[in-house]
Amino acid sequence: MPVDGDLTALRITLQLAALTTLILLLLGTPLAWWLARSRWRWRFLVEAVIALPLVLPPTVVGFYLLITLGSNGPVGGLLEALGGRPLAFTFGGLVVGSVIYSLPFVVQPLQGAFAAIGRRPLEVAATLGASPLDRFFTVAVPLARPGFLTATVLGFAHTVGEFGVVLMIGGNIPGETQVLSIAIYDHVEALEYTRAHWISGSLLLLSFLLLLTVYGFNRRAAKVRS
Amino acid sequence: MTPPGAALRVCLRLRREAFHLDVDLHLPGRGVSALFGPSGCGKTTLLRAVAGLEPGAEGFLQVGDEVWQEGRRGRPPHRRAVGYVFQEASLFSHLDVRANLDYGVRRVPPGRRRVPLQRTVELLGIGHLLQRWPHQLSGGERQRVAIARALAVGPRLLLLDEPLAALDLARKREILPYLESLHDELEIPVIYVSHAPDEVARLADHMVLLQAGRETASGPVGEMLTRLDLPLARGEGAGALIEGRVAGHDDRFELTYVDFAGGRFTVARNDMASGHPVRLRVAARDVSLTLERQRGTSILNIFPARVEQLVPEGRAKMMVRLSVQGVPLLSSLTRKSADALALAPGRSVYAQVKSVAVL
Repeated sequence: MPVDGDLTALRITLQLAALTTLILLLLGTPLAWWLARSRWRWRFLVEAVIALPLVLPPTVVGFYLLITLGSNGPVGGLLEALGGRPLAFTFGGLVVGSVIYSLPFVVQPLQGAFAAIGRRPLEVAATLGASPLDRFFTVAVPLARPGFLTATVLGFAHTVGEFGVVLMIGGNIPGETQVLSIAIYDHVEALEYTRAHWISGSLLLLSFLLLLTVYGFNRRAAKVRS
Repeated sequence: MTPPGAALRVCLRLRREAFHLDVDLHLPGRGVSALFGPSGCGKTTLLRAVAGLEPGAEGFLQVGDEVWQEGRRGRPPHRRAVGYVFQEASLFSHLDVRANLDYGVRRVPPGRRRVPLQRTVELLGIGHLLQRWPHQLSGGERQRVAIARALAVGPRLLLLDEPLAALDLARKREILPYLESLHDELEIPVIYVSHAPDEVARLADHMVLLQAGRETASGPVGEMLTRLDLPLARGEGAGALIEGRVAGHDDRFELTYVDFAGGRFTVARNDMASGHPVRLRVAARDVSLTLERQRGTSILNIFPARVEQLVPEGRAKMMVRLSVQGVPLLSSLTRKSADALALAPGRSVYAQVKSVAVL
Protein backbone atom coordinates (compact mmCIF):
# COMPACT_ATOMS: atom_id res chain seq x y z
CA MET A 1 0.00 0.00 0.00
CA PRO A 2 1.23 3.53 -0.72
CA VAL A 3 2.18 5.50 2.38
CA ASP A 4 2.07 9.20 3.14
CA GLY A 5 5.63 9.99 2.08
CA ASP A 6 5.02 8.40 -1.31
CA LEU A 7 1.77 10.29 -1.78
CA THR A 8 3.58 13.54 -1.07
CA ALA A 9 6.22 12.62 -3.62
CA LEU A 10 3.43 11.86 -6.08
CA ARG A 11 1.84 15.27 -5.44
CA ILE A 12 5.16 17.06 -5.95
CA THR A 13 5.84 15.06 -9.09
CA LEU A 14 2.46 15.88 -10.64
CA GLN A 15 2.74 19.56 -9.66
CA LEU A 16 6.20 19.75 -11.14
CA ALA A 17 5.20 18.01 -14.37
CA ALA A 18 2.04 20.09 -14.80
CA LEU A 19 3.77 23.41 -14.16
CA THR A 20 6.72 22.49 -16.34
CA THR A 21 4.45 21.43 -19.21
CA LEU A 22 2.44 24.63 -18.95
CA ILE A 23 5.54 26.82 -19.03
CA LEU A 24 7.01 24.77 -21.88
CA LEU A 25 3.88 25.13 -23.98
CA LEU A 26 3.88 28.89 -23.44
CA LEU A 27 7.58 29.24 -24.27
CA GLY A 28 7.86 26.41 -26.76
CA THR A 29 4.96 27.37 -29.00
CA PRO A 30 6.38 30.71 -30.21
CA LEU A 31 9.86 29.19 -30.33
CA ALA A 32 8.68 26.21 -32.41
CA TRP A 33 6.66 28.53 -34.67
CA TRP A 34 9.70 30.66 -35.28
CA LEU A 35 11.89 27.62 -35.95
CA ALA A 36 9.34 26.20 -38.37
CA ARG A 37 9.00 29.44 -40.36
CA SER A 38 12.32 31.21 -40.08
CA ARG A 39 14.77 31.27 -42.96
CA TRP A 40 17.53 32.68 -40.80
CA ARG A 41 20.78 31.02 -41.81
CA TRP A 42 21.95 30.44 -38.21
CA ARG A 43 18.68 28.80 -37.19
CA PHE A 44 20.43 25.43 -36.93
CA LEU A 45 22.47 26.77 -34.00
CA VAL A 46 19.31 27.37 -32.01
CA GLU A 47 18.01 23.93 -32.98
CA ALA A 48 21.24 22.30 -31.79
CA VAL A 49 21.12 24.10 -28.45
CA ILE A 50 17.52 23.07 -27.88
CA ALA A 51 18.37 19.44 -28.69
CA LEU A 52 21.33 19.32 -26.26
CA PRO A 53 19.32 17.83 -23.35
CA LEU A 54 18.52 14.86 -25.62
CA VAL A 55 22.16 13.78 -25.74
CA LEU A 56 23.71 15.12 -22.55
CA PRO A 57 23.74 12.99 -19.40
CA PRO A 58 21.10 14.57 -17.12
CA THR A 59 23.73 14.98 -14.43
CA VAL A 60 25.67 17.33 -16.71
CA VAL A 61 22.62 19.55 -17.19
CA GLY A 62 21.94 19.33 -13.46
CA PHE A 63 25.51 20.15 -12.58
CA TYR A 64 25.59 23.32 -14.64
CA LEU A 65 22.20 24.36 -13.34
CA LEU A 66 23.40 23.84 -9.79
CA ILE A 67 26.41 26.04 -10.51
CA THR A 68 24.25 28.73 -12.12
CA LEU A 69 21.37 28.72 -9.67
CA GLY A 70 23.29 28.19 -6.40
CA SER A 71 24.18 31.11 -4.11
CA ASN A 72 27.61 31.48 -5.75
CA GLY A 73 26.25 31.26 -9.29
CA PRO A 74 25.24 34.25 -11.43
CA VAL A 75 21.48 33.69 -11.27
CA GLY A 76 21.39 32.49 -7.69
CA GLY A 77 23.66 35.34 -6.58
CA LEU A 78 21.47 37.87 -8.34
CA LEU A 79 18.35 36.47 -6.70
CA GLU A 80 20.04 36.60 -3.32
CA ALA A 81 21.17 40.20 -3.91
CA LEU A 82 17.58 41.09 -4.75
CA GLY A 83 16.47 39.72 -1.41
CA GLY A 84 15.27 36.33 -2.64
CA ARG A 85 16.84 32.98 -2.00
CA PRO A 86 18.82 30.87 -4.43
CA LEU A 87 16.84 28.42 -6.49
CA ALA A 88 19.04 25.41 -5.82
CA PHE A 89 17.36 22.78 -3.62
CA THR A 90 13.91 24.37 -3.98
CA PHE A 91 10.79 23.46 -5.94
CA GLY A 92 11.39 26.55 -8.10
CA GLY A 93 14.81 25.18 -8.97
CA LEU A 94 13.21 21.89 -10.00
CA VAL A 95 10.85 23.74 -12.32
CA VAL A 96 13.69 25.65 -13.98
CA GLY A 97 15.73 22.46 -14.40
CA SER A 98 12.77 20.50 -15.76
CA VAL A 99 11.83 23.23 -18.24
CA ILE A 100 15.34 23.19 -19.69
CA TYR A 101 15.66 19.44 -19.65
CA SER A 102 12.25 18.75 -21.26
CA LEU A 103 12.43 21.61 -23.77
CA PRO A 104 13.21 19.48 -26.86
CA PHE A 105 10.38 17.10 -26.04
CA VAL A 106 7.91 19.96 -26.42
CA VAL A 107 9.58 22.10 -29.09
CA GLN A 108 10.38 19.34 -31.56
CA PRO A 109 6.86 17.89 -31.97
CA LEU A 110 5.45 21.41 -32.21
CA GLN A 111 8.03 22.46 -34.77
CA GLY A 112 7.29 19.35 -36.82
CA ALA A 113 3.55 19.96 -36.66
CA PHE A 114 3.88 23.61 -37.67
CA ALA A 115 6.21 22.73 -40.53
CA ALA A 116 3.80 20.05 -41.75
CA ILE A 117 1.03 22.63 -42.18
CA GLY A 118 3.02 24.40 -44.88
CA ARG A 119 2.47 27.94 -46.03
CA ARG A 120 -0.66 27.37 -48.05
CA PRO A 121 -3.37 27.36 -45.35
CA LEU A 122 -1.87 30.51 -43.88
CA GLU A 123 -1.78 32.23 -47.24
CA VAL A 124 -5.40 31.25 -47.81
CA ALA A 125 -6.29 32.76 -44.44
CA ALA A 126 -4.40 35.94 -45.35
CA THR A 127 -6.33 36.37 -48.59
CA LEU A 128 -9.53 35.84 -46.60
CA GLY A 129 -8.68 38.83 -44.42
CA ALA A 130 -6.99 37.26 -41.39
CA SER A 131 -4.12 39.18 -39.78
CA PRO A 132 -0.91 37.29 -38.87
CA LEU A 133 -1.95 36.76 -35.23
CA ASP A 134 -5.47 35.79 -36.29
CA ARG A 135 -4.02 33.27 -38.77
CA PHE A 136 -1.83 31.78 -36.08
CA PHE A 137 -4.65 31.14 -33.63
CA THR A 138 -7.41 30.19 -36.06
CA VAL A 139 -5.41 28.17 -38.58
CA ALA A 140 -1.93 27.18 -37.39
CA VAL A 141 -2.86 26.11 -33.85
CA PRO A 142 -5.94 24.04 -34.78
CA LEU A 143 -4.09 22.34 -37.64
CA ALA A 144 -1.15 21.55 -35.33
CA ARG A 145 -3.39 19.93 -32.73
CA PRO A 146 -1.79 16.47 -32.94
CA GLY A 147 1.57 18.16 -32.38
CA PHE A 148 0.25 19.93 -29.29
CA LEU A 149 -1.05 16.67 -27.87
CA THR A 150 2.26 14.90 -28.47
CA ALA A 151 4.22 17.83 -27.03
CA THR A 152 2.04 17.98 -23.92
CA VAL A 153 2.22 14.29 -23.19
CA LEU A 154 5.94 13.94 -23.91
CA GLY A 155 6.77 17.05 -21.89
CA PHE A 156 4.68 15.84 -18.97
CA ALA A 157 5.84 12.23 -19.04
CA HIS A 158 9.47 13.14 -19.50
CA THR A 159 9.33 15.45 -16.49
CA VAL A 160 7.71 12.74 -14.41
CA GLY A 161 10.48 10.35 -15.37
CA GLU A 162 13.35 12.72 -14.72
CA PHE A 163 16.00 11.68 -12.20
CA GLY A 164 19.48 13.04 -12.67
CA VAL A 165 18.66 16.72 -13.09
CA VAL A 166 16.24 16.64 -10.19
CA LEU A 167 18.71 14.96 -7.93
CA MET A 168 21.46 17.45 -8.76
CA ILE A 169 19.45 20.63 -8.53
CA GLY A 170 16.72 19.67 -6.07
CA GLY A 171 18.48 17.34 -3.75
CA ASN A 172 16.20 14.88 -2.08
CA ILE A 173 14.18 16.86 0.44
CA PRO A 174 10.98 14.97 1.34
CA GLY A 175 7.94 17.21 1.09
CA GLU A 176 9.73 19.80 -1.03
CA THR A 177 11.90 18.36 -3.76
CA GLN A 178 11.54 14.62 -3.45
CA VAL A 179 9.79 13.32 -6.56
CA LEU A 180 8.65 9.76 -7.32
CA SER A 181 11.67 8.67 -9.31
CA ILE A 182 13.91 9.58 -6.41
CA ALA A 183 11.57 8.01 -3.89
CA ILE A 184 11.91 4.74 -5.81
CA TYR A 185 15.68 5.00 -5.62
CA ASP A 186 15.46 5.60 -1.86
CA HIS A 187 13.20 2.60 -1.35
CA VAL A 188 15.49 0.31 -3.30
CA GLU A 189 18.49 1.55 -1.34
CA ALA A 190 16.58 0.77 1.88
CA LEU A 191 15.53 -2.61 0.43
CA GLU A 192 11.83 -1.63 0.67
CA TYR A 193 10.98 -3.49 -2.53
CA THR A 194 7.24 -3.56 -1.96
CA ARG A 195 7.02 0.22 -1.88
CA ALA A 196 9.34 0.49 -4.87
CA HIS A 197 7.07 -1.95 -6.72
CA TRP A 198 3.98 0.11 -5.98
CA ILE A 199 5.42 3.32 -7.33
CA SER A 200 7.23 1.77 -10.28
CA GLY A 201 4.18 -0.21 -11.37
CA SER A 202 1.96 2.87 -11.13
CA LEU A 203 4.38 4.96 -13.19
CA LEU A 204 4.68 2.23 -15.81
CA LEU A 205 0.92 2.03 -16.17
CA LEU A 206 0.46 5.80 -16.25
CA SER A 207 3.15 6.30 -18.89
CA PHE A 208 1.78 3.52 -21.07
CA LEU A 209 -1.74 4.93 -20.91
CA LEU A 210 -0.51 8.40 -21.83
CA LEU A 211 1.39 7.16 -24.85
CA LEU A 212 -1.54 4.97 -25.88
CA THR A 213 -3.76 8.06 -25.90
CA VAL A 214 -1.33 10.06 -28.03
CA TYR A 215 -0.65 7.42 -30.62
CA GLY A 216 -4.31 6.47 -30.82
CA PHE A 217 -5.38 10.07 -31.33
CA ASN A 218 -2.69 10.88 -33.87
CA ARG A 219 -3.56 7.80 -35.86
CA ARG A 220 -7.18 8.93 -36.05
CA ALA A 221 -6.14 12.47 -36.99
CA ALA A 222 -3.90 11.14 -39.77
CA LYS A 223 -6.78 9.05 -41.11
CA VAL A 224 -9.15 12.03 -41.23
CA ARG A 225 -6.57 14.14 -43.01
CA SER A 226 -5.85 11.65 -45.76
CA MET B 1 -8.38 60.21 -62.35
CA THR B 2 -9.53 56.69 -62.91
CA PRO B 3 -13.20 56.10 -62.19
CA PRO B 4 -13.86 53.45 -59.51
CA GLY B 5 -13.79 49.92 -60.78
CA ALA B 6 -12.49 51.08 -64.12
CA ALA B 7 -9.20 49.40 -64.69
CA LEU B 8 -6.33 47.47 -63.33
CA ARG B 9 -2.78 48.62 -63.49
CA VAL B 10 -0.29 45.93 -62.63
CA CYS B 11 3.25 47.21 -62.79
CA LEU B 12 5.32 44.83 -60.68
CA ARG B 13 8.89 43.69 -60.41
CA LEU B 14 10.27 40.81 -58.40
CA ARG B 15 13.81 39.51 -58.38
CA ARG B 16 14.42 35.86 -57.78
CA GLU B 17 17.59 33.87 -58.08
CA ALA B 18 16.30 31.97 -61.07
CA PHE B 19 14.33 34.67 -62.87
CA HIS B 20 13.05 38.24 -62.87
CA LEU B 21 9.45 39.19 -63.02
CA ASP B 22 9.02 42.55 -64.68
CA VAL B 23 5.63 43.47 -66.10
CA ASP B 24 3.56 46.56 -66.72
CA LEU B 25 0.01 45.51 -67.54
CA HIS B 26 -3.14 47.48 -68.13
CA LEU B 27 -6.08 45.15 -67.72
CA PRO B 28 -9.78 45.82 -68.25
CA GLY B 29 -11.83 46.50 -65.12
CA ARG B 30 -14.41 43.88 -66.04
CA GLY B 31 -14.30 40.42 -67.50
CA VAL B 32 -11.68 37.72 -67.41
CA SER B 33 -8.06 38.42 -68.21
CA ALA B 34 -6.01 35.29 -68.80
CA LEU B 35 -2.33 35.12 -67.91
CA PHE B 36 -1.04 32.59 -70.34
CA GLY B 37 2.35 31.03 -70.76
CA PRO B 38 4.48 27.94 -70.20
CA SER B 39 5.27 26.59 -66.72
CA GLY B 40 7.84 28.69 -64.95
CA CYS B 41 7.12 31.88 -66.90
CA GLY B 42 6.01 33.67 -63.75
CA LYS B 43 2.22 33.50 -64.05
CA THR B 44 1.65 32.23 -60.53
CA THR B 45 4.33 34.49 -59.06
CA LEU B 46 2.67 37.49 -60.65
CA LEU B 47 -0.71 36.45 -59.27
CA ARG B 48 0.78 36.01 -55.80
CA ALA B 49 2.41 39.41 -56.00
CA VAL B 50 -0.95 40.97 -56.87
CA ALA B 51 -2.45 39.30 -53.78
CA GLY B 52 0.42 40.56 -51.63
CA LEU B 53 1.85 37.11 -50.99
CA GLU B 54 5.29 37.97 -52.38
CA PRO B 55 6.92 40.34 -49.91
CA GLY B 56 9.80 41.10 -52.27
CA ALA B 57 7.60 42.57 -54.99
CA GLU B 58 7.77 46.25 -55.83
CA GLY B 59 6.20 48.59 -58.33
CA PHE B 60 2.73 50.02 -58.68
CA LEU B 61 -0.55 48.20 -58.35
CA GLN B 62 -3.90 49.88 -58.72
CA VAL B 63 -7.25 48.13 -58.53
CA GLY B 64 -10.06 50.51 -59.43
CA ASP B 65 -9.54 53.52 -57.18
CA GLU B 66 -7.39 51.68 -54.61
CA VAL B 67 -3.62 51.60 -54.71
CA TRP B 68 -2.32 48.33 -53.26
CA GLN B 69 1.34 48.77 -53.95
CA GLU B 70 3.53 51.78 -54.38
CA GLY B 71 7.25 51.24 -54.67
CA ARG B 72 8.38 48.77 -52.05
CA ARG B 73 5.43 49.51 -49.84
CA GLY B 74 2.52 47.20 -50.33
CA ARG B 75 -0.62 46.56 -48.34
CA PRO B 76 -0.39 43.27 -46.46
CA PRO B 77 -2.49 40.54 -48.08
CA HIS B 78 -5.19 40.56 -45.42
CA ARG B 79 -5.91 44.20 -46.20
CA ARG B 80 -6.39 43.70 -49.94
CA ALA B 81 -9.97 43.04 -51.06
CA VAL B 82 -8.94 40.09 -53.12
CA GLY B 83 -10.41 36.66 -53.74
CA TYR B 84 -7.74 34.05 -54.39
CA VAL B 85 -8.37 30.51 -55.59
CA PHE B 86 -5.26 28.34 -55.45
CA GLN B 87 -4.40 25.59 -57.88
CA GLU B 88 -5.27 22.81 -55.49
CA ALA B 89 -8.35 23.51 -53.41
CA SER B 90 -6.94 24.59 -50.08
CA LEU B 91 -9.93 24.29 -47.80
CA PHE B 92 -9.18 24.39 -44.09
CA SER B 93 -9.26 20.73 -43.07
CA HIS B 94 -10.19 21.61 -39.48
CA LEU B 95 -13.40 23.38 -40.54
CA ASP B 96 -16.50 22.08 -42.29
CA VAL B 97 -17.68 23.64 -45.55
CA ARG B 98 -19.98 26.13 -43.85
CA ALA B 99 -17.21 27.29 -41.48
CA ASN B 100 -14.78 27.50 -44.39
CA LEU B 101 -17.17 29.89 -46.15
CA ASP B 102 -17.78 31.87 -42.96
CA TYR B 103 -14.07 32.28 -42.28
CA GLY B 104 -13.70 35.03 -44.85
CA VAL B 105 -17.17 36.51 -44.43
CA ARG B 106 -16.61 37.12 -40.71
CA ARG B 107 -13.45 39.08 -41.49
CA VAL B 108 -14.87 41.42 -44.11
CA PRO B 109 -14.12 44.93 -42.85
CA PRO B 110 -17.20 47.05 -42.18
CA GLY B 111 -18.15 49.17 -45.14
CA ARG B 112 -16.87 46.84 -47.82
CA ARG B 113 -19.37 45.69 -50.42
CA ARG B 114 -20.74 42.36 -49.31
CA VAL B 115 -21.93 39.53 -51.48
CA PRO B 116 -24.74 37.61 -49.83
CA LEU B 117 -23.33 34.20 -49.00
CA GLN B 118 -26.53 32.63 -50.26
CA ARG B 119 -25.83 33.99 -53.73
CA THR B 120 -22.33 32.58 -54.03
CA VAL B 121 -23.55 29.27 -52.62
CA GLU B 122 -26.21 29.14 -55.35
CA LEU B 123 -23.84 30.32 -58.05
CA LEU B 124 -21.44 27.46 -57.32
CA GLY B 125 -24.16 24.90 -56.57
CA ILE B 126 -22.81 23.86 -53.17
CA GLY B 127 -25.92 24.28 -51.02
CA HIS B 128 -26.10 20.54 -50.33
CA LEU B 129 -22.47 20.38 -49.18
CA LEU B 130 -22.53 22.90 -46.32
CA GLN B 131 -22.54 20.33 -43.52
CA ARG B 132 -19.77 18.20 -45.02
CA TRP B 133 -16.07 18.16 -44.22
CA PRO B 134 -13.42 18.86 -46.84
CA HIS B 135 -12.17 15.26 -46.84
CA GLN B 136 -15.68 14.10 -47.75
CA LEU B 137 -15.77 16.15 -50.96
CA SER B 138 -14.61 15.29 -54.47
CA GLY B 139 -11.84 17.37 -56.04
CA GLY B 140 -14.33 19.32 -58.12
CA GLU B 141 -16.59 20.03 -55.16
CA ARG B 142 -13.65 21.23 -53.10
CA GLN B 143 -12.64 23.64 -55.82
CA ARG B 144 -16.19 24.96 -56.08
CA VAL B 145 -16.26 25.58 -52.34
CA ALA B 146 -12.89 27.34 -52.59
CA ILE B 147 -14.23 29.61 -55.34
CA ALA B 148 -17.37 30.38 -53.33
CA ARG B 149 -15.25 31.12 -50.27
CA ALA B 150 -13.09 33.55 -52.26
CA LEU B 151 -16.14 35.30 -53.73
CA ALA B 152 -18.01 35.56 -50.45
CA VAL B 153 -15.64 38.21 -49.09
CA GLY B 154 -16.86 40.66 -51.74
CA PRO B 155 -13.47 41.07 -53.42
CA ARG B 156 -12.66 43.87 -55.85
CA LEU B 157 -10.56 41.46 -57.82
CA LEU B 158 -10.76 37.70 -58.23
CA LEU B 159 -7.54 35.76 -58.82
CA LEU B 160 -7.77 32.20 -60.13
CA ASP B 161 -4.55 30.20 -60.26
CA GLU B 162 -5.17 27.33 -62.66
CA PRO B 163 -8.23 26.25 -60.69
CA LEU B 164 -8.75 23.30 -63.03
CA ALA B 165 -5.19 22.08 -63.39
CA ALA B 166 -5.33 19.54 -60.56
CA LEU B 167 -8.59 17.99 -61.79
CA ASP B 168 -9.29 15.21 -64.24
CA LEU B 169 -11.29 15.82 -67.40
CA ALA B 170 -14.63 14.85 -65.88
CA ARG B 171 -14.14 17.24 -62.95
CA LYS B 172 -13.07 20.00 -65.34
CA ARG B 173 -16.30 19.56 -67.24
CA GLU B 174 -18.14 19.75 -63.93
CA ILE B 175 -16.59 23.10 -62.96
CA LEU B 176 -16.37 24.91 -66.28
CA PRO B 177 -20.07 25.80 -66.42
CA TYR B 178 -19.77 27.41 -62.99
CA LEU B 179 -16.78 29.43 -64.10
CA GLU B 180 -18.72 30.51 -67.17
CA SER B 181 -21.63 31.66 -65.08
CA LEU B 182 -19.16 33.61 -62.94
CA HIS B 183 -17.95 35.25 -66.10
CA ASP B 184 -21.49 36.33 -66.94
CA GLU B 185 -22.51 37.42 -63.43
CA LEU B 186 -19.47 39.03 -61.86
CA GLU B 187 -18.97 42.74 -62.02
CA ILE B 188 -15.38 42.57 -60.83
CA PRO B 189 -12.30 41.84 -62.89
CA VAL B 190 -10.90 38.33 -62.84
CA ILE B 191 -7.31 37.34 -63.50
CA TYR B 192 -7.10 33.74 -64.59
CA VAL B 193 -3.81 31.90 -64.80
CA SER B 194 -3.75 29.07 -67.28
CA HIS B 195 -1.59 27.13 -69.67
CA ALA B 196 -4.53 25.42 -71.39
CA PRO B 197 -5.61 27.19 -74.59
CA ASP B 198 -9.07 25.62 -74.55
CA GLU B 199 -9.82 27.03 -71.08
CA VAL B 200 -8.65 30.44 -72.16
CA ALA B 201 -10.80 30.27 -75.28
CA ARG B 202 -13.84 29.42 -73.20
CA LEU B 203 -13.41 31.83 -70.33
CA ALA B 204 -11.17 34.74 -71.13
CA ASP B 205 -11.94 38.09 -72.74
CA HIS B 206 -8.49 39.54 -72.53
CA MET B 207 -5.21 37.76 -72.66
CA VAL B 208 -1.66 38.43 -71.57
CA LEU B 209 1.13 36.25 -72.86
CA LEU B 210 4.02 35.80 -70.44
CA GLN B 211 7.46 34.51 -71.25
CA ALA B 212 10.32 34.35 -68.75
CA GLY B 213 8.72 36.88 -66.44
CA ARG B 214 7.86 39.41 -69.14
CA GLU B 215 4.80 40.28 -71.14
CA THR B 216 5.30 39.33 -74.77
CA ALA B 217 1.86 40.31 -76.07
CA SER B 218 -1.60 41.17 -74.84
CA GLY B 219 -5.00 41.97 -76.27
CA PRO B 220 -8.54 40.70 -76.73
CA VAL B 221 -8.52 36.91 -76.72
CA GLY B 222 -10.09 36.54 -80.21
CA GLU B 223 -7.30 38.64 -81.62
CA MET B 224 -4.53 36.92 -79.66
CA LEU B 225 -5.58 33.42 -80.73
CA THR B 226 -5.28 34.32 -84.39
CA ARG B 227 -2.09 36.38 -84.41
CA LEU B 228 0.33 34.43 -86.56
CA ASP B 229 3.34 35.97 -84.83
CA LEU B 230 2.30 34.28 -81.56
CA PRO B 231 2.67 30.61 -80.65
CA LEU B 232 -1.07 30.33 -79.91
CA ALA B 233 -1.99 30.49 -83.58
CA ARG B 234 0.40 27.73 -84.51
CA GLY B 235 0.23 23.97 -84.40
CA GLU B 236 -2.55 21.45 -84.12
CA GLY B 237 -4.68 23.25 -81.54
CA ALA B 238 -4.80 26.55 -83.38
CA GLY B 239 -8.16 28.05 -84.17
CA ALA B 240 -10.26 31.18 -84.15
CA LEU B 241 -12.68 32.33 -81.49
CA ILE B 242 -15.88 33.94 -82.63
CA GLU B 243 -18.28 35.86 -80.44
CA GLY B 244 -21.88 35.67 -81.58
CA ARG B 245 -25.48 35.60 -80.45
CA VAL B 246 -28.15 32.98 -80.89
CA ALA B 247 -30.39 34.22 -83.71
CA GLY B 248 -32.95 31.43 -83.69
CA HIS B 249 -33.58 27.74 -84.09
CA ASP B 250 -34.66 25.49 -86.92
CA ASP B 251 -37.21 23.06 -85.53
CA ARG B 252 -37.37 20.89 -88.60
CA PHE B 253 -33.68 20.07 -88.80
CA GLU B 254 -32.82 20.69 -85.15
CA LEU B 255 -30.35 23.44 -85.86
CA THR B 256 -29.38 26.72 -84.21
CA TYR B 257 -28.35 29.90 -85.99
CA VAL B 258 -25.65 32.07 -84.53
CA ASP B 259 -25.08 35.57 -85.87
CA PHE B 260 -21.65 37.15 -85.69
CA ALA B 261 -20.12 40.27 -87.21
CA GLY B 262 -19.18 38.40 -90.37
CA GLY B 263 -22.39 36.49 -91.04
CA ARG B 264 -24.38 33.56 -89.67
CA PHE B 265 -23.23 30.15 -88.46
CA THR B 266 -25.45 27.11 -88.54
CA VAL B 267 -24.70 24.69 -85.73
CA ALA B 268 -26.35 21.69 -84.11
CA ARG B 269 -29.33 22.71 -82.01
CA ASN B 270 -28.76 23.83 -78.44
CA ASP B 271 -31.26 25.05 -75.89
CA MET B 272 -30.07 28.64 -75.55
CA ALA B 273 -32.63 31.41 -75.97
CA SER B 274 -32.49 33.85 -78.86
CA GLY B 275 -30.11 36.70 -78.16
CA HIS B 276 -27.97 34.61 -75.78
CA PRO B 277 -24.28 35.33 -76.31
CA VAL B 278 -22.23 32.34 -77.47
CA ARG B 279 -18.63 31.65 -78.25
CA LEU B 280 -17.68 29.50 -81.18
CA ARG B 281 -14.33 27.84 -81.65
CA VAL B 282 -13.33 27.15 -85.22
CA ALA B 283 -10.22 25.00 -85.50
CA ALA B 284 -7.79 25.96 -88.25
CA ARG B 285 -7.73 22.39 -89.55
CA ASP B 286 -11.51 22.48 -90.06
CA VAL B 287 -11.38 25.46 -92.42
CA SER B 288 -10.69 24.84 -96.12
CA LEU B 289 -10.52 27.45 -98.85
CA THR B 290 -11.99 27.69 -102.35
CA LEU B 291 -11.74 30.42 -104.95
CA GLU B 292 -15.40 30.17 -105.96
CA ARG B 293 -18.41 29.47 -103.82
CA GLN B 294 -18.95 25.73 -103.93
CA ARG B 295 -22.29 24.42 -105.05
CA GLY B 296 -23.52 20.97 -104.30
CA THR B 297 -21.53 20.72 -101.08
CA SER B 298 -22.59 19.32 -97.75
CA ILE B 299 -20.88 22.15 -95.91
CA LEU B 300 -23.34 24.66 -94.45
CA ASN B 301 -20.99 27.35 -93.18
CA ILE B 302 -19.32 29.12 -96.07
CA PHE B 303 -18.15 32.71 -95.81
CA PRO B 304 -16.52 35.10 -98.24
CA ALA B 305 -13.18 36.09 -96.78
CA ARG B 306 -9.98 37.91 -97.56
CA VAL B 307 -6.50 36.48 -97.01
CA GLU B 308 -4.55 38.63 -94.60
CA GLN B 309 -1.38 36.73 -93.87
CA LEU B 310 0.32 33.41 -94.59
CA VAL B 311 2.98 31.73 -92.52
CA PRO B 312 4.66 28.38 -93.23
CA GLU B 313 4.04 25.65 -90.67
CA GLY B 314 6.73 23.02 -90.79
CA ARG B 315 7.71 21.82 -94.25
CA ALA B 316 4.42 20.94 -95.87
CA LYS B 317 1.86 23.24 -94.35
CA MET B 318 0.76 26.82 -94.23
CA MET B 319 -1.26 28.71 -91.65
CA VAL B 320 -3.50 31.33 -93.22
CA ARG B 321 -5.15 34.18 -91.40
CA LEU B 322 -8.39 35.31 -92.99
CA SER B 323 -10.71 38.19 -92.38
CA VAL B 324 -14.44 37.59 -92.60
CA GLN B 325 -15.59 41.22 -92.64
CA GLY B 326 -13.11 42.03 -89.94
CA VAL B 327 -13.55 38.83 -87.91
CA PRO B 328 -10.34 36.79 -87.94
CA LEU B 329 -10.41 33.13 -88.93
CA LEU B 330 -7.53 30.66 -89.31
CA SER B 331 -7.11 28.01 -91.96
CA SER B 332 -4.47 25.33 -92.02
CA LEU B 333 -3.66 23.87 -95.42
CA THR B 334 -0.83 22.33 -97.39
CA ARG B 335 1.76 24.47 -99.07
CA LYS B 336 0.76 22.79 -102.31
CA SER B 337 -2.87 23.97 -101.97
CA ALA B 338 -1.74 27.49 -101.12
CA ASP B 339 0.35 27.46 -104.25
CA ALA B 340 -2.45 26.06 -106.40
CA LEU B 341 -4.86 28.75 -105.21
CA ALA B 342 -2.15 31.42 -105.54
CA LEU B 343 -2.93 32.62 -102.04
CA ALA B 344 -1.46 35.97 -101.14
CA PRO B 345 -2.47 38.79 -98.82
CA GLY B 346 -5.52 40.58 -100.22
CA ARG B 347 -6.83 37.61 -102.21
CA SER B 348 -10.56 36.95 -101.97
CA VAL B 349 -11.56 33.39 -101.12
CA TYR B 350 -14.40 31.39 -99.65
CA ALA B 351 -13.82 29.80 -96.27
CA GLN B 352 -15.60 26.49 -95.81
CA VAL B 353 -16.02 25.60 -92.16
CA LYS B 354 -16.38 21.88 -91.68
CA SER B 355 -17.14 21.92 -87.98
CA VAL B 356 -17.74 24.39 -85.20
CA ALA B 357 -17.56 23.92 -81.45
CA VAL B 358 -20.00 25.87 -79.31
CA LEU B 359 -18.13 26.75 -76.12
